[in-house]
Amino acid sequence: MKKILFVEDEAALQEAVGISLEQKGYKVVRALDGEAGFRSAKTENPDLILLDLILPRKDGFEVLENLKKDQDTKDIPVIVLTNLEGMKDVEKAISLGAVSYLVKTDYDLKEMLKKIEEIIEK
Amino acid sequence: MQCPQFLFLVMGTVIILTSIVSYLIGTRLVAEEEIVVLIVLAVSVFLFILAFIITRSFERLAEVSKMKSEFINIVSHQLRSPLTNIKWTFEILSSGEFEVPESKQEEYFVNVKDNIARMVELIDDLLIVSRIEQGRLPMRKKEFSFADLVSSQVSRYKVFAQASHIELSLLIEENLPEIFADPSLLKLVTENLIDNAIRYTRGGGRVEVFVKKRDKRNIILSVKDSGVGIPQKDQKYIFQKFFRAENALKQRTRGSGLGLYVCKTIISKAGGQIWFKSEQGRGTAFYATLPIK
Repeated sequence: MKKILFVEDEAALQEAVGISLEQKGYKVVRALDGEAGFRSAKTENPDLILLDLILPRKDGFEVLENLKKDQDTKDIPVIVLTNLEGMKDVEKAISLGAVSYLVKTDYDLKEMLKKIEEIIEK
Repeated sequence: MQCPQFLFLVMGTVIILTSIVSYLIGTRLVAEEEIVVLIVLAVSVFLFILAFIITRSFERLAEVSKMKSEFINIVSHQLRSPLTNIKWTFEILSSGEFEVPESKQEEYFVNVKDNIARMVELIDDLLIVSRIEQGRLPMRKKEFSFADLVSSQVSRYKVFAQASHIELSLLIEENLPEIFADPSLLKLVTENLIDNAIRYTRGGGRVEVFVKKRDKRNIILSVKDSGVGIPQKDQKYIFQKFFRAENALKQRTRGSGLGLYVCKTIISKAGGQIWFKSEQGRGTAFYATLPIK
């Protein structure tokens, strides 16, 4: 069973996305802030990381940077999942090594899950 | 948007030319060299000051424009967050594709309701801020007991404080005089201060609310917490729109950052003052004075 780490501070999203991913057959590990996200990436070794950008304790960009610098985590694909939609943020995330940048309000839950599946099943 | 390069050239050229011209005219009209030099100097200084004013206006325009677009970006993000919560929770509840266990169903409905309230609150805050900006904040003043207002607010927050394991206490001086102000606006202020105090205090902490007479002409409200405090470097920005101190952001990413800006405006318009004392890691105390009728 593939494992997905979901780093997101909004509890409602942890629920909605978590439950739907679990029902699609994935194991979901939850992290509610940036530091917990980085720690879980190291200890859980997920197949994919969904990363929000605005997070308590450490913001998503910093977490992304740390993930890509760390031997244990640098090869885990990271999808940035955020409501920040400025061009500069997209460019920054991609240049830091995110494989995809999804703006939450652009997608229905179903569409978003499809995008996640596309990337994790590659 | 910087002051355009060519403007410097233009201003520089104007200053040089005017200096030369005023020198030439000066030597023709006035005999003494010193006076001519003084005239040329005076003209140059005058033009220099003019140039400085022009540059500053450009910079201020650029700053206002940048602040407006930042404001819009922040507002847009703040609204999208609860919107996404509602959208995806609703989708899970209503589409046939996902099984929502019964135990979770009620929780999800509550999530939707809470996030709707969050959006309403943000929009209300934004409207107030916008009216403040336009100088159109309506005040419906009347005589009322501020002590009673604070009392009822503290009662409202008792349950929330308890749930967060925070001791919320209230001390009101006896026989406080009534004040002449807009109660709904002051309700906003007290709500904000108490809400902040509770939210930024960890479990096991205290929030103390006092209302007393400060002097013959003013009463004073104080809200003291034993919470995370405001870092020294952030203190001067606390009343700014959207500003959230670094440790506040780390604690909870929700919060429009508009609350204290609104408080300060309301208190100022009511004829009072608002200030705070804070030490990072030890706690914060906010004080607001209001004139007695």
